[in-house]
Amino acid sequence: MKEPQIIVIGNGMVGYKFCEKLRSKTSSFNLIVFGEEPRRAYDRVHLSEYFNGKTADDLSLSTENWYQEQNITLFLNNPVTKIDRDLQKVYTANGLDYSYDILVFATGSGAFVPNIPGIEKEGVFVYRTIEDLDLISSYAKKAKTASVIGGGLLGLEAAKALIDLGIEKTSIIEFAPRLMPRQIDAAGSDMLKSKLADLGLQIHLNKNTTSIEGDGRITALKFSDDTALDVDMLVISAGIKPRDELAKACGIEVGPRGGIVVDEKMQTNDPAVFAIGECALYDGMIYGLIAPGYEMAEVLAANLCEGEKTFTGFDMSTKLKLIGIDVASFGDNFIAEPDCRTIIFENKHKGVYKRINVSNDGQYLLGGILIGDATAYNLLLQTSNNKIVLPEDPAELILGARGGSESAGGAGITGLPDSALICSCEGVSKGDICSTVADGSCENIDDLKKCTKAGTGCGGCLPMVKDLMTYTLKSQGKYIKNVICEHFNYSRQELFDLIHIHELKSYDEVLDVLGKNDGCEVCKPLVSSLLASLWNEMILKKGNDVAQDSNDRFLANIQKGGSYSVVPRVPGGEITPDKLIVIGEVAKKYNLYTKITGGQRIDMFGAHLNDLPIIWEELIAAGFESGHAYGKGLRTVKSCVGSTWCRFGLHDSVSFAIRIEERYRGIRAPHKFKSAVSGCIRECAEAQSKDFGIIATEKGWNLYVCGNGGSKPQHALLLATDLDSETCIKYIDRFLMFYIRTADPLTRTATWLNKMEGGIDYLRNVIINDSLGMATQWENEIENLIASYKCEWKEAVENPAIRKRFSHFVNAPEDKDPTIEFVEMRGQKRTAEWKTV
Amino acid sequence: MNEQSNWLAACRVEDAIENGGVCVKHGEDQIALFYFTRRNEWYATQNECPHKKQMALSRGMIGSTTDEPKVACPFHKKTFSLSTGECLSGDECAIKTYPVKVENGTVYIGTTPKS
Repeated sequence: MKEPQIIVIGNGMVGYKFCEKLRSKTSSFNLIVFGEEPRRAYDRVHLSEYFNGKTADDLSLSTENWYQEQNITLFLNNPVTKIDRDLQKVYTANGLDYSYDILVFATGSGAFVPNIPGIEKEGVFVYRTIEDLDLISSYAKKAKTASVIGGGLLGLEAAKALIDLGIEKTSIIEFAPRLMPRQIDAAGSDMLKSKLADLGLQIHLNKNTTSIEGDGRITALKFSDDTALDVDMLVISAGIKPRDELAKACGIEVGPRGGIVVDEKMQTNDPAVFAIGECALYDGMIYGLIAPGYEMAEVLAANLCEGEKTFTGFDMSTKLKLIGIDVASFGDNFIAEPDCRTIIFENKHKGVYKRINVSNDGQYLLGGILIGDATAYNLLLQTSNNKIVLPEDPAELILGARGGSESAGGAGITGLPDSALICSCEGVSKGDICSTVADGSCENIDDLKKCTKAGTGCGGCLPMVKDLMTYTLKSQGKYIKNVICEHFNYSRQELFDLIHIHELKSYDEVLDVLGKNDGCEVCKPLVSSLLASLWNEMILKKGNDVAQDSNDRFLANIQKGGSYSVVPRVPGGEITPDKLIVIGEVAKKYNLYTKITGGQRIDMFGAHLNDLPIIWEELIAAGFESGHAYGKGLRTVKSCVGSTWCRFGLHDSVSFAIRIEERYRGIRAPHKFKSAVSGCIRECAEAQSKDFGIIATEKGWNLYVCGNGGSKPQHALLLATDLDSETCIKYIDRFLMFYIRTADPLTRTATWLNKMEGGIDYLRNVIINDSLGMATQWENEIENLIASYKCEWKEAVENPAIRKRFSHFVNAPEDKDPTIEFVEMRGQKRTAEWKTV
Repeated sequence: MNEQSNWLAACRVEDAIENGGVCVKHGEDQIALFYFTRRNEWYATQNECPHKKQMALSRGMIGSTTDEPKVACPFHKKTFSLSTGECLSGDECAIKTYPVKVENGTVYIGTTPKS
């Protein structure tokens, strides 16, 4: 069967991109391209670089053999002159005709040339093709003054080109009251104007050119306000005009102001005829940027290969450097009060103007304008496009954090979802870039550009692409170190998610599904901890007991000599005399050493493994429960006596401490964590040395996080102030789940925060502003953990199978370990010294 | 080559702990018995960790490094090969290992050490 034949009219950037996209999907179709220009498609976006030494070849999008290699027939210098839609034929300038099954208009646009008397004079140019540039270049040699009509994006580019060509006096004539009227507002225009003026460019706004004077050759411009300007040459850059004349002539529907009318599949009113790029009119709009053109090419190529893609409009955000001046606009750049709140920063000294438009609720970035400094452009664009929740003070986005520890860049990139579109020209997402880097195929930006095509369009996203590459490589470096052990090729955080996704409930299942070989003493307790954090099932369930660290395995801390310690929970450090007596009686009965701990409870040391169940049975009967002193989880919530007794106390710190301790008891985490509540700023409970600490204020509670005692003491940092109890608990919920989910194994909260990019500011944004959008999920997760809490010791003593494990000898269950020795000291026993050789 | 004349009936298979250890009393001696279910292998070693002379190896976690079966002492995570007794972390001396056999559901430990 004969292959269907596609004819593409136009060999510009979008026409070329269509060929590339189509051929990357299929080798079927005969593909014939007709180009009007004498050269292969080139990079028109960077056309002005032609004046900075780039050659036509440098700008070319393809190599000489590319079309041949791709089995595409390319005719250059051979425009299509007529189309017969009934015969499905095109006729070309060289007198031949070709049949098509599918016809694609990629004719682009030409310069819009206003009908000004004298426009035909010598010395008047348009700025569109390499040929135009050649003409301008040679005429400029004998010109001293030049004007550009049009203060838009292309006009400014053209003015830059004229300066580069050595014209002494260059001016810009704009009909509208401001420069770049589609991108920037009046204040931005003023800033840009003064910057351009510094560079020697004259800007004339509100100027309506009425005639071009001169005898055959231009000598001056006359304006409607009766002023005039002497110029030797003129470049018209007053906008674009879709090249729709061929389409119109063969009866294809075009818009009233030009443009071939297409639907969301780029189809015209003739089902066999399509249009893409700047010649296409979609939903009443011409998309005069490269990225939407490429997207149209993708849509059409995909649909011809039986895909189901549609074009539904496009983000017209832009960033460019004009004569060394950054100019950018994104999102809804002109929206104003009362539909939003604008934040404006202006620095006339440095020539910087920034405006961001924030939703009235302060949550989202709607759009903005940047002049003079567009370094934040990519991040702002992503923040706006991905609806990322803004920090408490969105002004930080354009001002940068002052004096804080935040490195907005890093936190910004990491905060983006994988689906965030980084390169809109080529449609490359964050996930695409990171995974390409992560799988090791690209380690420098050039490879990455080849592999993903990211940054090969307008190039505006390159800084962010680079950041993502660095970030991924860096995290990969960490990743290698972070792999748990030889049995699991994952970090703790990855394993957490994988166990969750696969709903694995035991160590063996996890090893079978996600690991290899037999496991070891590193991965076993880690996985057990994850299982506990995720499902909160009894940790000694059959099969999981042997995967617990020995303290968890016997629900007690093994001590020097091989005996164990017993620590019942004493929430908030509050205990009744009766319970104190029970502890004393149990300690006496089983000959245990007793000591008050730093966490306001009582440790009983020297218990034989065999005695643990009976000791706990007695304690439980008296109303005690496990204190989890053996587990990586909540230890104690220390408290001062608070307002119930203390003459300084502001709130009831003991009650709040008890509430918190009972809320989080038993929850397993990457490491142990401690808390404290102080009833006033005297801070008797030492809350600022805890993983999270709470201090009463006149108005509520101040919440501090990530403090530590231990070998590297670190003060906790203030997370939020004057909270009511419910909000305080809500923030702790989020804080703990974020920690449990993301910390490396055996990492305390202080170290976790120290490693966190963006530090406390980032953490605050996550916890308080819900910048990751995880708050609800985390709150639900921790509610599940709280709801499923059971005293492990109660379960252990009541379960005969588990209880049986608390004996030293398998073949003599009643015998205790005879090698355990104690000696006497200060009226109590203590363990004998290590028996070293 | 060790000729085993003395086999100690340690326990029933169902009393052993799957993928873990139990401690077997042998007169004044203590032997750690491991049922490495995952590999379908039995191992027996001295129960005392040579590092700090603690009777604790039977309470340690077992696993493997490359393909070498090992046990980690719960005290300081020193690891020892279950097959050779060699210390795999640091330079502690090797531990004794014993042969194990299972007959009619009973686990026997050969009380003459292999090494």
